[in-house]
Amino acid sequence: MYEMNNPNQLRISSKPTRRRKASWFSSPPVLLLFPTVLVVGVLIVLPMLLSLYASFTEYYLLRPDSILKWVGFENYRVILSDSKFWSAFLRTIVFLTLALNLEMLVGLGLALLVNKALHGKQVLRTILMFPMTFSPILVGYMFKYMFNDNIGVINNGLQSLGINAVIPWLIDEKLAFFSILLAEMWMSTSVFSILILAGLLAVPQEQLEAAAVDGSNPWQTFRHIILPHIQPFILIAMTIRSLDVARAYDIVQVMTGGGPAGRTELLWTLISRTGYVDSRMGEANAMGFIATITSILFTYSFYRQLSAARNTLEGKA
Amino acid sequence: MNAEPVWIKWLRRLLTVLAVLFIVAPGFWVIYAAFRPNVEIMAKPPVWISQQLTVQSFKNIFSSEPGQGGVPVGRYFVNSIVISSASTFLAMLFGMAGGYAFSRYQFKGKNALFLGLMLCRTVPGVALSLPLFILFARTGLIDTHFGLILIYLALNLPFSIWLLDGFFSQIPSDLRQAAEIDGCSAWQAFWRIEFPLAIPGIASSAIFAFLTSWNEFALASQLTRSVNSKTLPVGLLDFSSEFTLDWTGMSAMAVVIIVPALLMTFVIQRRLVSGLIAGGVKG
Repeated sequence: MYEMNNPNQLRISSKPTRRRKASWFSSPPVLLLFPTVLVVGVLIVLPMLLSLYASFTEYYLLRPDSILKWVGFENYRVILSDSKFWSAFLRTIVFLTLALNLEMLVGLGLALLVNKALHGKQVLRTILMFPMTFSPILVGYMFKYMFNDNIGVINNGLQSLGINAVIPWLIDEKLAFFSILLAEMWMSTSVFSILILAGLLAVPQEQLEAAAVDGSNPWQTFRHIILPHIQPFILIAMTIRSLDVARAYDIVQVMTGGGPAGRTELLWTLISRTGYVDSRMGEANAMGFIATITSILFTYSFYRQLSAARNTLEGKA
Repeated sequence: MNAEPVWIKWLRRLLTVLAVLFIVAPGFWVIYAAFRPNVEIMAKPPVWISQQLTVQSFKNIFSSEPGQGGVPVGRYFVNSIVISSASTFLAMLFGMAGGYAFSRYQFKGKNALFLGLMLCRTVPGVALSLPLFILFARTGLIDTHFGLILIYLALNLPFSIWLLDGFFSQIPSDLRQAAEIDGCSAWQAFWRIEFPLAIPGIASSAIFAFLTSWNEFALASQLTRSVNSKTLPVGLLDFSSEFTLDWTGMSAMAVVIIVPALLMTFVIQRRLVSGLIAGGVKG
């Protein structure tokens, strides 16, 4: 399915350098990567440096000149001593931990189910992929519509079953957290199930048969043969998934807007409220920087694990 | 494996059916809502089987023009198409160059650069929107197609490179060497040999990049203002600024957003997975 590092690559890479012994900037990889580095540098790295600078100023949206007024660590001191920030931050960490782990487990379960299905594997895989297509904003809207306390299908369904309850799904703090988590899982579990399924299809059949002959039980087979094979695939999924954890912002923005009264506030919704609604851009940039560092740490840790697992995978293939 | 008890087989079937229902039902429910009148959606006791399916909501959202009240979905649709197509085209152009560099050359700092690109991709949209808001306001890029095209290009590049690196790596480099021995230049060898073989992979990456732009909300919601550049996901929230939520109108718009995306995903599904894995395995 995939071609590993080819020994011939060395010959290709050395060829152009031999032809013209020019300085490093005319070497093919530098030329090929130049546009990418330029675009990403100007549109992501530079703005983030500006954001870092703005987080040390008094910047108030309605007074643009205030971006020049340096206040040192004042913004950080303010947000770090604000209980609203800490509750949003902790809720975000809990949310991400729950979401990623549950998605991985459910994704694994779904992949195992589909892999064992005798008929319609293709169709099932297509269906698994279905939620990946949805814009997070749409997922938020769909679940908002279903969980609406007045006209939502969940409460309506309960009432039609004779349970006369009006459950405040998106108003109560815990229920709203659950509803948002469910929406997030609906959207993102497919990343795991699809990639793990691809891993399962690559498990060598002989090893499974050998295990069956040796009389190992299903759990032993899973633990010692299947799991080591699919582990790199789980890590690829984790890395890809960690790239866009902040998509949950879209979902929350539609479903509850972080409310009512900050009860479903995540770090990202708090940033946009502080910056764009309350105009306190200095503090918003400080929070934005904390959110960015958090995201980078998440991705970095998964990427490191993936790099480690990659070596074992290459050895095998 | 044949020794499995029958009840396990049935349990598995049951779980599979439940999972499929859970995945499909929400989408179905919204599509259903798009064809129902608002009164029926709001009715108490609830109406389950619609008595009057209609396409009125689609007519409404596509006939509303800016300034007349209502949500100008037609204009948003055009904005979304223009912005997503242009940023995808550029992302493929630069991404092919970058992906090719990663798949075919060894160079100093290769892994660090790849990781650096991925870490740029992970910056949360809201956090990135704050400084871009300042920069775009100063440069007049706010509420323009061009501004969003640029930023989506930057967002799509790292991941396009991940995918294209994977797809190029699946093409044996012997083919290109053979062409070079036959007298092709490196440039000719690429366009005549490797590019045609990579077309399916490039198409998959392109669709994936298109969908990322098509679905993006966090940046677009801050960097657009009016019908000039608002995209569909941002426009969907226009409905909630009205006094009563127009569920059927919103659902119709949801259908407009999802149908093109569904079709595209259906086309690329298998290849996308192999590209993700190849890119992740090589890195």
